[in-house]
Amino acid sequence: MQHGTIFDIKKYSIHDGPGIRTTVFFSGCPLACWWCHNPESHSPKPELIYRAARCQGCGACLAVCPQDAIAWGSEIGKVVTDREKCTRCRACVDICYAGAREFSGYSVTVDEVMAQVSREIPFYDQSGGGVTFSGGEPLMQPRFLAALLRACRAQEIHTAVDTSGFATWRVIERMRGDVDLFLYDLKHMDSARHCQVTGVPNELILDNLRRLSAKGARCLVRIPLIPGINDDAENLSASARFLASLPGLAGVELMGYHDLAQAKYQALGREYALPETKPPGEAEMQAAADIFKSIGIQVQISFGGAHAHHGTSQAAAPAVP
Amino acid sequence: MPITERVRLLRQQSLDARETLTSERAELLTAFYQQETGLLSTPVQRARAFAYILEHKHIAISPGELIVGEKGDAPKHAPTFPELCCHSLEDLDILDSREKTSFRVAPATRLAYEQTVIPYWRGRSMRELILSEMTEEWKAAYEAGIFTEFMEQRAPGHTVLDDKIYHKGMLDFQAEIERRLEQLDFLNDPLAYDRQQELRAMHIAAAALMRFAERYAALAAEMAAAEPHPQRRLELEKIARVCHNVPAHAPADLHEALQYYWFVHLGVTTELNTWDAFCPGKLDQHLLPFYDPAHRDEAEELLHCFWIKFNNQPAPPKVGVTAAESGTYTDFAQINIGGLRPDGSDGVNELSYLLLDVIEDMRLLQPSSSVQVSKKNPDRFVRRAARIIRTGFGQPSVFNSDLIVEELVRMGKSITDARCGGSSGCVEVGAFGKEAYILTGYFNLPKVLELALHNGLDPRTGRQLGPQTGDGRDFASLDEVFAAFERQMRHFLDIKVRGNQVIERLYAQHMPAPFLSLLTDDCIARGQDYHAGGARYNTTYIQGVGIGTMADALASIKKHVFEERTLSMAALLEMLAADFAGHERPRQMFLNRTPKYGNDDDYADDLMRRTFEAYLNAVDGRKNNRGGEYHVNMLPTTCHVYFGSVTGATPDGRRAGTPLSEGVSPVQGADRHGPTAVVRSVAKMDHVRTGGTLLNQKFTPQVLATDEGLDKFVQLVRTYFRLDGHHIQFNVVDAATLKAAQANPEQYRSLIVRVAGYSDYFCDLSKTLQDEIIARTEHEGF
Repeated sequence: MQHGTIFDIKKYSIHDGPGIRTTVFFSGCPLACWWCHNPESHSPKPELIYRAARCQGCGACLAVCPQDAIAWGSEIGKVVTDREKCTRCRACVDICYAGAREFSGYSVTVDEVMAQVSREIPFYDQSGGGVTFSGGEPLMQPRFLAALLRACRAQEIHTAVDTSGFATWRVIERMRGDVDLFLYDLKHMDSARHCQVTGVPNELILDNLRRLSAKGARCLVRIPLIPGINDDAENLSASARFLASLPGLAGVELMGYHDLAQAKYQALGREYALPETKPPGEAEMQAAADIFKSIGIQVQISFGGAHAHHGTSQAAAPAVP
Repeated sequence: MPITERVRLLRQQSLDARETLTSERAELLTAFYQQETGLLSTPVQRARAFAYILEHKHIAISPGELIVGEKGDAPKHAPTFPELCCHSLEDLDILDSREKTSFRVAPATRLAYEQTVIPYWRGRSMRELILSEMTEEWKAAYEAGIFTEFMEQRAPGHTVLDDKIYHKGMLDFQAEIERRLEQLDFLNDPLAYDRQQELRAMHIAAAALMRFAERYAALAAEMAAAEPHPQRRLELEKIARVCHNVPAHAPADLHEALQYYWFVHLGVTTELNTWDAFCPGKLDQHLLPFYDPAHRDEAEELLHCFWIKFNNQPAPPKVGVTAAESGTYTDFAQINIGGLRPDGSDGVNELSYLLLDVIEDMRLLQPSSSVQVSKKNPDRFVRRAARIIRTGFGQPSVFNSDLIVEELVRMGKSITDARCGGSSGCVEVGAFGKEAYILTGYFNLPKVLELALHNGLDPRTGRQLGPQTGDGRDFASLDEVFAAFERQMRHFLDIKVRGNQVIERLYAQHMPAPFLSLLTDDCIARGQDYHAGGARYNTTYIQGVGIGTMADALASIKKHVFEERTLSMAALLEMLAADFAGHERPRQMFLNRTPKYGNDDDYADDLMRRTFEAYLNAVDGRKNNRGGEYHVNMLPTTCHVYFGSVTGATPDGRRAGTPLSEGVSPVQGADRHGPTAVVRSVAKMDHVRTGGTLLNQKFTPQVLATDEGLDKFVQLVRTYFRLDGHHIQFNVVDAATLKAAQANPEQYRSLIVRVAGYSDYFCDLSKTLQDEIIARTEHEGF
């Protein structure tokens, strides 16, 4: 049975494609966007999350850790973990009944995922919904993803793949036929800047989108609007011109950045790269949309609280204490 | 249409009026009983008391009013019913001073009670009679909080009107009664005399209501003559004509139809303080023949005035357990919109949309409103309702019309009578205009489990209340635990039902309701009272409370004691006795490492279903003494808070004294996979075999902010109903707002939230209930 690593399955997902959907969040992403709202998804390996608010201060984790990686912190009743020493043995997670310590990712089989996904069929039927594979980057686990797509097809479940587009064409080509909709992120048109803020250049991403469009795949392009990163007129015009040059698209969506994920970074013991950045206002969003409109591209606007992994959306609510 | 200045003033008057207890009705009733020598049959005596009150009560028409009549002597003045429950001076002081749902008691009111009301009624009220007839074991169980008793301070009611008043005047009802009187067969029918007295009482009651309206007609004419403003003079003259025509005759226009209903409403709620205020039911269908779209604005203004009238009538003042089980000013009139027509076709019409506009414009606590959603109703109707729900005052609630028909047919109604039915009160179904469906009280399921774990002993008081079903420490399997639970449950349901068999007879014998009877088919035809089986259908409901807590508690026992064996029954009972003091780690294990109902996890959901089936089988189909049967509802009003306060710590990790789960909703905060998982879990209960279930869901406004969000919300509701869910209601508000309201109540006085089957002002709720609402799962981030 095909295995994969995911970090959440979210039901009643209403911002990641048509209808009422279930979103399966894959662990692991080749990008490291500064604004990423699912930082727990970066590593393909499980990441330790510590939610101080839930911690009862019972000390069970200190006692059980074979590496002595856990110690009392400066805040009374709270602990700190030396992530260098941690071997991800799970002992502390298993003993933490309060749920203050968890791993973000876990290994599942296709059947296990489908058991969850199929339970929601009445909602898909009623609303024209289905399943969205998001992450992380679902294309980073191509065999697992392909198996899930086939399993969905077998049950006539609508599928969407929410992707950064950073994968080889061979991987995309292989599963293209089983994907009903691509939710395709476009972050920056300048490859050097793209590389600076996401960790990878953009040529492959743009090329894959061009090819998908040419093959007639349904692609909804989603552009996260991050103030100070990609919201300048020059980049937006370049994005619009690029999209206008494609043979066909299912739509374009502008998604406003939101800053609700900072607590997640804390829980992971990481720095957030954009602590000062504020969500764009309605006027900024409208101005950006106008740039696309001037080139003849209609865009939909959505504000904070919405949307996708590498864009702006959070996976599970529980990570915010 | 924006609301008119008249409506704005009347609405403000209603909002500003302070809930006040008036002794007017009590004094009039006392005067009547003191004059009557007693040579009257009970029904006739009750009808004449009714006539006496309506003849002598103070009447007034407020400036600008179009619909006239109040239950008390002014808006928000609540009359009392000493023949049912005679408040003591201490009760009056509590009512006057308590923090929540208080009623102002003026010194003159207190004096009237002291000098007139109490001296006559002490020792003669139904409450005293009922309590004197209850067994010791009934009293012990009642005091322990195993069940409550609805009829202890309020009369049976729980019914809703159908369309009969819109084509029949009181004169027509009288003619029907007269025909029935002529047909009485004294030679062959041993009950002929009883029927004669009941029918005569109905005749008197019909006359009393007409006389009451004539008093208003005369007052309006008198005021018109003295009115300097020509516009208002015309209005008063119109009111005089309306009150002269209805209720004597069938209504001729919308104004008359609404005024007729309102007189009937005042009649029913003056005759007795029936549980769940009477209600017009399917108002959009009833009023359609009187609606002229060319006069939409006038219609809307009349409906606004009509709405405000409901808001002027706080629920009767209650004390003790009865106040705790229903701690609200709301009196549960629930106007039904949409659903099906009697022939089974789509019941949504242009008035359905107009009524939704009225609800949104008025934003009042009362009347409560619901949309009845059938698969035949259009999505845009549900979406329109969802747009009001989104504004966050808890109305309208949403019902599955097709399922309600199925429930009613299962309980023996004809298909047409079922389609004429709907939901009332919180969620209870009935065949409108044809059924006496009495709610008798709440039943505390987790408390019964607590007794089962303690060999029938109540650990809170140390009293042996139930049979000895085995020492909880010795149970070796979940089946043994459950068997003990079932035995205890049947024991207490027997006690409860025995009590109700007596109480319903006491009402039949001592408190007939001839006015309510003449409105309810087939009381005239049978010559029998509403309380005595005169209605076409007669149902008795017992409402189960705490099924979510039950499921999670059983899941804890099953998993940790009998499967993983991480602790023994003895150890578990010790932790519960200590309210988890010194056992926080195991408590966290119960909370976070146990399958919970509400997550579409069959492990816990199966235990919900097992509990439900056991409860249903112990109640459903028992015969009541009115020719009908007992059935179950799954709803709590505010009783899950009271029941929680008398129930010790439970194995799901719940601390002693904290609220139980409410309705069929999951335990507060235990549902962690969003609303679709909740809906799937809850739908595993067989709602078809209930008379109503209540599911509460809390949404933050963001989820419904966009049209897309709204559409998906509509599809969520539709799916729940496809899965045969009965009802769902939504609180759309964020926790931050609620916390702010709790901290600064004066700034949030108008904040209305959905509580449990009804909406209430958040700031009027007890702190416990406020905390509970805050704790209910928010589907944030979805």
